[in-house]
Amino acid sequence: MKVMTCPLNGPRNIDEFTYFGPVKERPDPGTASDAEWTHYIFHSPNPVGLLREWWCHAPTNFFFIAERHTATDEIVATYAPNDLADRIESGRDRGGAA
Amino acid sequence: MTSGNRLPEPFGTRIDRHGTVTFGFEGRTYCGVPGDTIASALMANGRYVLSRSFKYHRPRGVLTMAAQDSNALVQVGHEPNAFADTRPITDGMSVSGQNYVGSLDDDRYAILGRLSRFLPVGFYYRTFWGPTKNTFVRFWEPMIRKAAGLGRISLDTPHVRYDKVHRFCDVIVVGGGPAGLSAALGAANAGAEVMLVEEGPELGGSLGYRREAADTGTARSLIADVCAHENIAIHTDATCNGWYGDNWLPVIQGARLFKVRAKQVVVAAGRFEQPVVFRNNDLPGIMLGTAAQRLMRLYAVKPGKRAVVLTCNAEGYEVAADLRDAGVDVAAIVDANARASGEAPNGVRVVTGSGISEADGGAKNWHVGRVKVSAIDGQTYAPGGAWIDCDLVCVAGGYMPVYQLPLQAGARLDYDDATAAFRIRGVPANMHLAGAANGATTLIDAMADGASAGRRATAALSGRAAGDDAPPAASPPGNYDWPLTSHPDGKDFVDFDEDLQIRDIENAIAEGYSELELVKRFSTVGMGPSQGRHAALTTSRIVARQTGRDVATVGVTTARPPFTAENLGVLAGTQHTQYRRTPMHFRHVEAGAQMQPVGAWWRPSYYGAPAERERLIVEEVNAVRTGVGMLDVSTLGSLEVRGPEAAAFLNRLYTMTYDTLAVGRIRYLLLANEMGSLIDDGVTYRMADDHFYVTSTTGAVGAIYQLMLYMNAQWGMKVDVLNATAVFAGINVTGPMARALLERASDSRASDDIDFGAEAFPYLHGRTGRVAGQPVRVMRIGFTGELSYEVHVPYSRGEALWDALCAAGRDLGVRPYGLEASRILRLEKGHFILGQDTDAMTTPDQIGMAWAVSKKKDDFLGKRSIEQRRKLGMDRKLVGFSTDDKTAAIAESCLVLAGATATGFVTSTCWSPTVGKRIGLAYAPPGTDVGDSISIRTRAGGTVSVPVVSPHFYDPENRRQEL
Repeated sequence: MKVMTCPLNGPRNIDEFTYFGPVKERPDPGTASDAEWTHYIFHSPNPVGLLREWWCHAPTNFFFIAERHTATDEIVATYAPNDLADRIESGRDRGGAA
Repeated sequence: MTSGNRLPEPFGTRIDRHGTVTFGFEGRTYCGVPGDTIASALMANGRYVLSRSFKYHRPRGVLTMAAQDSNALVQVGHEPNAFADTRPITDGMSVSGQNYVGSLDDDRYAILGRLSRFLPVGFYYRTFWGPTKNTFVRFWEPMIRKAAGLGRISLDTPHVRYDKVHRFCDVIVVGGGPAGLSAALGAANAGAEVMLVEEGPELGGSLGYRREAADTGTARSLIADVCAHENIAIHTDATCNGWYGDNWLPVIQGARLFKVRAKQVVVAAGRFEQPVVFRNNDLPGIMLGTAAQRLMRLYAVKPGKRAVVLTCNAEGYEVAADLRDAGVDVAAIVDANARASGEAPNGVRVVTGSGISEADGGAKNWHVGRVKVSAIDGQTYAPGGAWIDCDLVCVAGGYMPVYQLPLQAGARLDYDDATAAFRIRGVPANMHLAGAANGATTLIDAMADGASAGRRATAALSGRAAGDDAPPAASPPGNYDWPLTSHPDGKDFVDFDEDLQIRDIENAIAEGYSELELVKRFSTVGMGPSQGRHAALTTSRIVARQTGRDVATVGVTTARPPFTAENLGVLAGTQHTQYRRTPMHFRHVEAGAQMQPVGAWWRPSYYGAPAERERLIVEEVNAVRTGVGMLDVSTLGSLEVRGPEAAAFLNRLYTMTYDTLAVGRIRYLLLANEMGSLIDDGVTYRMADDHFYVTSTTGAVGAIYQLMLYMNAQWGMKVDVLNATAVFAGINVTGPMARALLERASDSRASDDIDFGAEAFPYLHGRTGRVAGQPVRVMRIGFTGELSYEVHVPYSRGEALWDALCAAGRDLGVRPYGLEASRILRLEKGHFILGQDTDAMTTPDQIGMAWAVSKKKDDFLGKRSIEQRRKLGMDRKLVGFSTDDKTAAIAESCLVLAGATATGFVTSTCWSPTVGKRIGLAYAPPGTDVGDSISIRTRAGGTVSVPVVSPHFYDPENRRQEL
């Protein structure tokens, strides 16, 4: 069983975590076209490579972001969601988001 | 007590010659000694045939003496598929062979061996479709099922208790042979906490039976050092049965599963000695060289009288020397190499450049009687050859590293054409190979390599590389590129488990299955109990040759856990069925309630004897409609949403508006997902500007709580959410006399007692204070359609409040009611239940809840999708129906039909004691209105037409709940 490092709780067995899907940009519901909105609802990015994903440490219900390689299944980074903007700004972010 | 086949000491390190163990095999009684395995005891008694083969029902005997092959599978009492070669005998044990019809000695299905050309590879896939359409199901399948399978499942198997243990260690060493022992010592001496796992009953591995270790004190001192080391936890009779992500390893020891998380893994699992393919290579009496050595050294069993040793390496010559020491006449050493690979014992004839092209086991293939020694000519045997009489053939055909764990972890196998051997390469980080698995095969090399691996593993713990990381001396692998040309008469077995011959593999390739994985699936090679331990190398070579590729490219099939068969009990373990109890649980039980599990909870279904179920439920309904009833609602989800942005947070989640809700007021909650489908409903009671008490359905509260946190991880609003479900107990007090009851229970003059007067406490208001002296939150809402108060109280006070309300209402006739009555009450009122009357596609519009969806708010979960779906038009709507026909077999899930087309289904239905009709809710076409009728397919199979009515079957003007 893989180990995942929760930013709050440290390394834990992966079966303590729940996957909540790729980090997606939500279009403005007031201005998006029907097609854009439908795409947002029903399509998820699935690149071969690093992907930013939402994960939840279920026993503590702590939500965070993991950067995971979809081919090797390597988890290269995990961090609290409020660190995301910092990471993108500082160039530390390597995850491809939709 | 020892019998004729026993050797004198020092042979027999595992047995106690002075005892006697009596057991049964195939209805006969045999005597062995303590320490014997089933196979060693039987062979000591001159009994060699243990089982029949899977397909052709050929007699089979010991091959490995190491629980690595299916030949040794026997039935022990209730237990099928026990390994006879490692299972110790016990007094009174009852053992039988497997895979025969009639008796093991006289198997009626042995004829299948002669019919083998009618049973070609892959025959299961194509031969049995005829002559008529149902022939397979009616004739062939029952016959095949009877013939196939291993052992018998007994339905009387006694229960065994299995358990699981979690372990953490710095270094786990898999394999307790010379390399593993050295690795464990190396790591422990460097300060690591070590777990040492050995498959056998004692440490030592090949030290216990190999000739080069026999006369030295090496084994004893190494084992003593390991046993004395306080940093090493030793697990014998334990199997590391797989590798999972980040070094998570299941170690099975008897009825216990250790789930081990290791920082470093040292794989010192050794190597599998390989058989050689020739005609009749499966006869009893033909065994691996190491099997003969184990029989002699460990169990003092003389494996035969006159032996031929077939080899291509020095280890084969050691076997010959051991046989000589044991008094076995070694007729010849047949060496595939042109020059002798080792030093033959005095006077033993060596035939070089040759192999065995054929063995002869008599008419019934009962035991090897002679072998034909032929010169090797590339990939074939030269014509002709000399027959040598013998009753034992020891095969030292080369080796295959025990590759399973490293390959599961991502390593690969490289093949070297020059040595005809596989090597494990590309071992991932935090895993280390040691000993024979790493190509260090001599005792000295293996120990040095083990110690090095132990130090490397310890160094890696702190991220350092060990200074002494020298590659091990490359011992000769001892393999040979044995001829693999099919014998004209076949029976040259590649895979003993599945009775696959060379021609079967070739035919699979000829059928077009040229990739190894496809060859495996078509032919079933490597799928048997030995999982290709003895077939993978040979199969890979055949496929390489037939398809003109090299063996490294063909490789082996994907290695997956488990390494060896495991009992399902190990995986299942102890089952706990855990439901939570509300604080009033025992009051329900005392009142005779029939309890049922709902979600995570026990809830009362109704109160009284099952024989009077129908009457009791109606009485409970009537009590609520005419007097007062009490329902335990402790299981309902409750959430505390607090913070300066609490109202804005709820606005952004739910469909209605909450910033306009006055403190002390209650509002309905409806929650959709981003697809616009409904996922929950409840109510919220605004207790303060920055404090909302939120309820949720029993089953959904966990998911809703998680959803709130998920959304706020993205929104970052100033709000705190607490799942308070288990913090509060709840009692729904409902019925026309509910107010009277609560006023009595609050009849003290304390300042914080709640005033339940109709004007002081109107409908959809909430109050915080005391009832019967208990601190409560009371919400005036109505699920039953009657005057109702939901009283929430800290969990620890739940029982006391329940008792107080029961006492206060005794002369009012208060009656506790259960879920059955609750479902009828809510359906009479036309309240839907989320998840019962809705599904994953239900929009608010479909169930007439458009009024609960704000048009003013800019955004909330699902808003855009609800509107977008509205543009598509509604494809169904939830309607009410009723009928006077008491006998109509209408039940949940019955279809609503338009002609022959299903247009919807019944979601809820019951006989309403209040209305005196069968009532229900159903999805129907969107144009359906009150006054129409819908056609329902009943349980009885017919259709019945019922009128569509308002879903508010009872008190549609809401007068009663707003009393």
